[in-house]
Amino acid sequence: MALLDSIAHTGTAKQHKPWPRAEVSDDGWAQAIELLSQGRCTLLGLWGDAPAVHMALIAADFGDIAVITYICKDGSYPSVAARHAPAGKLERAIRDLYGLDAVDAPDGRTWLDLGFWSVKHPLGKRGKAGKPKPYQFLPVEGEGLHQIPVGPVHAGIIEPGHFRFTCNGEHVVRLEQRLGYVHKGIEQLMQGASLEQGAKLAGRTSGDSTVAYAFAFASAVEAATQTVVPPRATYLRGLMAELERLANHFGDIGAICNDASFAIMLAQCGILREHTLRAAQTCFGHRLMMDSVVPGGVARDLAEDGIASLHALLAEVRRVFPRLVELYDSTASLQDRTVTTGIVKPDTVRQWGAGGYVGRASGRGFDARRLYAPYDKLTFDVPVRDEGDVNARIWIRIREVEQSLALIEQILGNLPAGNIHAPVKTKAKSCEGLALLEAFRGDVLVWLRLDAQGTIERCHLRDASWFQWPLLETAIKDNIVADFPLCNKSFNCSYSGHDA
Amino acid sequence: MRHSLLDSLHGPLTEPAPAPDAAGLAELAQSVNRIARVKLGRSLSIRQVDAGSCNGCELEIHALSNAFYDLERLGLRFVASPRHADVLMVTGPVTKNMREALQRTYNATPEPKWVIAVGACAADGGIFSRSYAVEGGVKDVVPVDLHIPGCPPNPRQLLAGLLALLQNAS
Repeated sequence: MALLDSIAHTGTAKQHKPWPRAEVSDDGWAQAIELLSQGRCTLLGLWGDAPAVHMALIAADFGDIAVITYICKDGSYPSVAARHAPAGKLERAIRDLYGLDAVDAPDGRTWLDLGFWSVKHPLGKRGKAGKPKPYQFLPVEGEGLHQIPVGPVHAGIIEPGHFRFTCNGEHVVRLEQRLGYVHKGIEQLMQGASLEQGAKLAGRTSGDSTVAYAFAFASAVEAATQTVVPPRATYLRGLMAELERLANHFGDIGAICNDASFAIMLAQCGILREHTLRAAQTCFGHRLMMDSVVPGGVARDLAEDGIASLHALLAEVRRVFPRLVELYDSTASLQDRTVTTGIVKPDTVRQWGAGGYVGRASGRGFDARRLYAPYDKLTFDVPVRDEGDVNARIWIRIREVEQSLALIEQILGNLPAGNIHAPVKTKAKSCEGLALLEAFRGDVLVWLRLDAQGTIERCHLRDASWFQWPLLETAIKDNIVADFPLCNKSFNCSYSGHDA
Repeated sequence: MRHSLLDSLHGPLTEPAPAPDAAGLAELAQSVNRIARVKLGRSLSIRQVDAGSCNGCELEIHALSNAFYDLERLGLRFVASPRHADVLMVTGPVTKNMREALQRTYNATPEPKWVIAVGACAADGGIFSRSYAVEGGVKDVVPVDLHIPGCPPNPRQLLAGLLALLQNAS
């Protein structure tokens, strides 16, 4: 049964692809909120498009996706967060950017607007910024509690954000995050941008997922314009995406162990990461493969010595990685740190729609790769565990490395000949596209509207971290402060992707 | 078991250090007059600050510590506090939300200090420069001694820039 069958709506927008978008009024919006609070569907995204708000939903069994639109009369809409917590920060961000109010929202604080902009509601009815009010962290009551404020500047080579810990001795009683420090106004820069500029911006939303974001942006453009990407290009996109996944998983596995002071894993995994980046450089001319995926296809073909470099990479990883996994698994002092630390319960990830290794380590088996090419032609498993601890999130990455190696082999073995790019079709009328793309940390959503000239009118980019950051607050509760870096790195959420 | 792992997986991977970047040397020569020079030897402590980057530059800065580039053998290391730093390595366009944090970090760094702006965005805000949320390049907020261009600069480019700084600092 389609999602929209349970939501009262007035027709669907014909220009919206590939999943339906329908306009709803109060009853349809309320029905959608009811479905969310019952767990019959999951929130994929909630964003502003003044004077409207859009909500993207996915069925609980991942069988259907839909977008519903609510036109805000008097600049307000019924709060989703009032009944469904995962919408909380999304609503706060909508108010900061658009000035659209969620009526009866449980939390009226700003989220991305930290009081430093010279303009209020930059994407809505702009106003002059008022005097910034001090941010009120959530109150805590109890004896013998102390606070540890961390950030925005953190001790390592890492993005900025603020963590307010409330502790009872060594134990964390509450963690409250405050993000938004690296908000760059990307969605406003997208307005009026060419597709070429938009692709560059999308790829710089979160640098560690530049391929995934560019892939998502390109897919949304292709859906909107009904451009068919040549087969060779879809396979090369898959190759780039898997190289990016490998590089990040190697980096993460090493870094998580390093946060438990097991530096040898960081050193050894760092070698594998470096080999992966060098293979990417050989194949596509850039270590991170920035600007390699463009609407219509890919920007560069696989270099002549690319295939050999990939076979060498696969051989090296297969030679070394199993030894590292064995080392991780057999070091009791390391297992003591990672097993049962930072647990997120299966009910929580299900309610929040947490994706990536965060979701899959706690029983939620969603992987967006099942939805798009070239993965429809490839065979891969999606590993799932249900312990939900740091150890489980490491093991999901280990298993995904194995799957990525197999995927790269399949891609190399079946790489079609032909063009690497098709020109983007011009529709000569407004069109909209939605894409969901599995970045290494989870599903990235891109929604956009192009005008009749093919310029971007509105582009929304939703990082996987929106449904993972809040779960870190749950995961660290009752753990010791010293385990925070371990938990945080096991999530490895994006600051820049989130703040956008 | 660990001993045999270290022995058997790889031989030494460290690569020879690159030559100092000529353009970086020229830029440094001009900025040196502004700073009181103290004999530091050939060792520099670096504090990295992300003032708004996409995180791409951070990834390549991390790579400096891997077995191939091995930053510490060149007398360069990353420190946790600006109070322990000789050099601030700043990435990203400076977002309005990070302006104060960057300024406070700069002020907390004792003299003599140098600032390196890493990446295209750190130079002038890059692709984000026209945003309501962005202040501009790092030089719009704190004085900069050296720019290392790139999107992101790869570890060799980072090393060349750092070595140019070293040559002029000591």
